Amino acid sequence: MTRLIFRRLALGLVTIACVYTLTFVMVITIPGNPFQQGDRTMAPEVEQALHARYDMDNNWLYFWQFLKGAAHFDFGPTYTYNDWTCAQVIGSALPVSVMLGLLAILIAVAIGVPIGVLSATRQNTWIDVSGLLFVLMGVSVPVFVTGSVLLTTFAVWLHVAPVGGWGTLAHLPLPAFTLALPFAAYIARLTRTGMLDALSADFVRTALAKGVSSRRVAWRHALKVAFLPVLSYLGPATAQAMTGSFVVEKVFGVPGLGQHFVNAALNLDSGLLLGSVLVFSAILVALNLLVDVLYAWLDPRISEAV
Amino acid sequence: MSQDGSEHVGHGRVGLWVKLRRDRSAFVGMMLLAVLLATAVASLPFALRWYNVQELSSAVRHRPSATPVVPFASYEREATGSRGAARAAYHLTSVMGHDDLGRSLFFRIAPALLVSLGIGLAAAVMATGIGTAWGAVAAYAGGRVDLVMMRIVDVLYGLPYILMVILLKTAIARPLTAMLGGHAKYADLVVMFLAIGGVAWLTMARVVRGQVLSLRQQPFIEAARATGAGPIYILWRHVLPNLVGPIVVYATLVVPQAVLQESFLSFLGIGVQQPTPSLGRLAADGVEAVNTFVSYWWLLIFPCGVLVVTLLALNFVGEGLRNALDPKSRAAPLL
Repeated sequence: MTRLIFRRLALGLVTIACVYTLTFVMVITIPGNPFQQGDRTMAPEVEQALHARYDMDNNWLYFWQFLKGAAHFDFGPTYTYNDWTCAQVIGSALPVSVMLGLLAILIAVAIGVPIGVLSATRQNTWIDVSGLLFVLMGVSVPVFVTGSVLLTTFAVWLHVAPVGGWGTLAHLPLPAFTLALPFAAYIARLTRTGMLDALSADFVRTALAKGVSSRRVAWRHALKVAFLPVLSYLGPATAQAMTGSFVVEKVFGVPGLGQHFVNAALNLDSGLLLGSVLVFSAILVALNLLVDVLYAWLDPRISEAV
Repeated sequence: MSQDGSEHVGHGRVGLWVKLRRDRSAFVGMMLLAVLLATAVASLPFALRWYNVQELSSAVRHRPSATPVVPFASYEREATGSRGAARAAYHLTSVMGHDDLGRSLFFRIAPALLVSLGIGLAAAVMATGIGTAWGAVAAYAGGRVDLVMMRIVDVLYGLPYILMVILLKTAIARPLTAMLGGHAKYADLVVMFLAIGGVAWLTMARVVRGQVLSLRQQPFIEAARATGAGPIYILWRHVLPNLVGPIVVYATLVVPQAVLQESFLSFLGIGVQQPTPSLGRLAADGVEAVNTFVSYWWLLIFPCGVLVVTLLALNFVGEGLRNALDPKSRAAPLL
């Protein structure tokens, strides 16, 4: 197990390095630069001076210097937010995104897994059908539509939640729930498919023959197998919920990393962009590692293959 | 043996169609899709002429009405061809209201449906083709090949998606526009196809790899290997048929995902560009048009309604397809 963790960790670092390099190449190949404001043209001398000021006149040097700084969580200055360093922007936005994403995934599992299990154990009943409808609605309605509807209902009509923003516990439920719905739908679907496979397996028949109650068989024996596909989905899903919540952030006015990232990509704010990319891929690698370890723990057959 | 097999596959196809027709939810899904597509295709000749016709006087954000509020002459400024069909189509111009530029919402939603479905289908085809091959080969080859192939997937996963879209746009939009004879909006659509399809296959590759990993260890694969079958034969004849269920299920999930993906990009202003309509673009515009003071509800309800119905219909068909393809058919009868 320790070997597996170390191997995965080393591979993860390689992944991060590749992502960083590719993003870097993208940033320097895209025409335009962060100092460009609108369509105004810049005198070449000014541009040259600005590039020199931020060590961007030599790409190779910039590549290494940025990496060196990043090791100390120093991503240099932003070019679009005056008086802020990238580390400050990321440091203030990252906890918001992580909290929102984690809460959303927790809600998604809490909703999705029971729906999936119930749909499978009460197959072809009205419970199964409503479960399926929930799944289909979850994957069919855009997040910004759910968000606007929830916002209008709970904040504007019922006055039980703030209209938007961040800072108190009351700000949490609506965006987290909105963000959770598509994930919950997918998890319910994966759980149901996995449960139906598991419930027709031999060990379930054996357990039932031994007299284990059908509820215990479903929730203890079958779910442990059926949860494997869900688990491998949870890694990327959590990373996605943490870093890809920009639409929800925009609807609810949440000051998360997603918005900064989109703006950085649009403005070609290279420091902020590369910094967020590094943070993003680090989160992704860490979560995938966690999932791999859990996977090997739950299904010993897999760890031999890894 | 191979002759037996090919006959069997032929049988399976006939059976599939029969089963699909018998499945009520799949049937309803197909009917819904057929109606939507027929409407979109039938109105396409007029939609192509009218989708961007603006009427900035009385018709700005005009609510839905059965009778057209914009005079016929505004749509057909120069008389071309027979006007009978155009007259008939003209009666539909106000049934879904008008947007902030006085454009007929109906004649924007109809082509938008085709644009969105096109993006969804392109993504599903790319995801299935690349993702299945990639995941199956990686898992079956195992060892170093698996390691390198899945590392590539990891890296592409970690790459910022939005950055890729912007890069693709700036990098290939200009040469593509030149290639397509100066039509910037078509180049724009092709970029969306490539960007969304180019990312959709990653998850498919992972799903397929996971399945093949557990299949690979099963006795019947070992038995096939013992009979001297080659890896490609085993993958094609023994592994992939067992994966049809998950692949179809995931491919049906890719279509709505891609349509949604496009709507998010449009919501952020980097998706399909105005005046080209897509369901996501229209829904995103609708969200901005709905506020608590003056509610232009039709601008949100109609695009979202069509979007949701389309995706539900696609999912119905997907469920039916899964029932028909999977011998252990177990999905709930929806209707």
